[in-house]
Amino acid sequence: MAAAPHASGSLATGWRSLAVPLMLPTWLVIGTFLLVPVVLMGVYSVLTKDFRGGVVWEFSLAAYDQFFVTRGLFGDEPPQIEWTYIAIFWRSIWQAALATLLCLLIGFPTAWFIATRSPRHRALWVFLITVPYWVNLLIRTVSLRFLLRDQGPLNEGLLAIGVIDAPLRIINTDVAVQLGLFYSYLPFMVLPIYAAVERYNFALSEAARDLYAGPWTTLREIVLPVVKPGIVAGCILVFVPSLGAFLAPDLLGGAKTYMIGSLIDEQFRGSMGNWPFGGAVAMILMSLVLLVLLWQARAAGRGRR
Amino acid sequence: MAARTDMRRYAGFGLTTALCLTILYVPLAVIAVYSFNDDRSITNWAGFSLRWYADVFTGPEAPIFRAAAWNSLSIAALASTAATVIALAAAVAMIRGGRFHGRQASYALISLPLMVPEIVTAVATLVFFTAIGVRTGYGTILVAHITFCIPFAYLPIAARMQGIEESYELAARDLYASRWQAFRLILLPLMMPGIISGWLLAFIISLDDFIITNFVKGAGMETLPTAIFGSVKQGIKPNIMAISTLMLMVSVVFVTLSYLANRIGQKTR
Repeated sequence: MAAAPHASGSLATGWRSLAVPLMLPTWLVIGTFLLVPVVLMGVYSVLTKDFRGGVVWEFSLAAYDQFFVTRGLFGDEPPQIEWTYIAIFWRSIWQAALATLLCLLIGFPTAWFIATRSPRHRALWVFLITVPYWVNLLIRTVSLRFLLRDQGPLNEGLLAIGVIDAPLRIINTDVAVQLGLFYSYLPFMVLPIYAAVERYNFALSEAARDLYAGPWTTLREIVLPVVKPGIVAGCILVFVPSLGAFLAPDLLGGAKTYMIGSLIDEQFRGSMGNWPFGGAVAMILMSLVLLVLLWQARAAGRGRR
Repeated sequence: MAARTDMRRYAGFGLTTALCLTILYVPLAVIAVYSFNDDRSITNWAGFSLRWYADVFTGPEAPIFRAAAWNSLSIAALASTAATVIALAAAVAMIRGGRFHGRQASYALISLPLMVPEIVTAVATLVFFTAIGVRTGYGTILVAHITFCIPFAYLPIAARMQGIEESYELAARDLYASRWQAFRLILLPLMMPGIISGWLLAFIISLDDFIITNFVKGAGMETLPTAIFGSVKQGIKPNIMAISTLMLMVSVVFVTLSYLANRIGQKTR
């Protein structure tokens, strides 16, 4: 490895005095057009809804109240927990978790297989895994919808070879959404696990074998703990975007498969929307994502020690 | 001596890999094949035809597609170029700048677009532009795209720069090259594969975006993904499959170029 590129000779190459000016464009652009907007959205979530869409600048917790509390149909009953939106969150978490599990089941063996090829061929395998990621997500989702339709090529093919008698109803179900999320983010699972397995020292496995451990015992007891950071990273990379996904639930799911993304989207459509409520849902989603990321950072920190 | 088990091999892993690649490619292959179908209904196969490709360029919806394609491509080119320049400056600061004040915060800021869920970014950006009274349209899409493209351009550039030892630049400086000359004649050429990958990645990411664009595009403004989405809502039509296949091919060309840039990069390292 090269001597630490940071700090050491920085004075000599003369970039140190320019570091702040060089960072300035990044601060300006991401600061102005992402950080400020996110903070502003947080502010909007505690303002009063304007009936023409947008907000009135008056403090109000109505949006969070609407999310968590119900007072009956006419608002005159004692406050109770509102389950509608919590249920949407719960379903989104569940869908994202199942998609993540599916990605892990397919992704881990794939990553392992690629990492154990000869170094010359690995780049080509990784290339094959990454190509679909570069294809437009909308187009991938539309392709999946086309494939899974009731009269789509999958059903026609299965009918033709006689595996099924009636077309499988996949589209507009939870399964379609899980498949869509799985299909959208599968490469995100394979790549970090691949990176971890590639660094894995196979002498450990051989030592385990010499001590009479079978291959699957070795996988469970030796390999998995060592490559765990890669697995965790892969799971996060699939779970987090799945949680707020919009395209897969919208194009593959039906009315029953409503997820957080659609709930937020709806609040900003025309005059029917509710900007403070949409802002509140977005803030709650972001807190959830932050919790997941913090948990990962802590887990990674422990792993290093 | 008994044959020793190869601890790198697990039964079924090769098969799962084959399954994984099948799942990844079959939907794309299917849509590409059906885009050549000479039939108005999308279900039956009625022979090979290029009529839907002709339809994309000359049919009744051609002007919409042409305008959308122009918007998509010009925004992607401008956004990825701006993001690459910004990311290159940031990478020099982060990797050659030593422990300057605010380094940790800068790193967090660069990764922020990757951490915030897309739908949240979309909504927040819309709220922001509405609050400051900017009309949504081409300009707002461009600004939003530059913002979320920065980390994607940054990652390959930073990865490449980390692998370049400072000694090259130091040697140039010892030979009385100015800081600028050392950058332009030594660091920049060595950085090129990273810069090209970063630009290509940012370009594709910009071209790919639907959710954020959909929120900040304003009325009457379409990019390819928003136009396709609008059309698909009424059912998948054959001309959409043709246009999807064309976009698919653009993506494949780009990823191949990026792959080659990296391979050349590895040889010159």
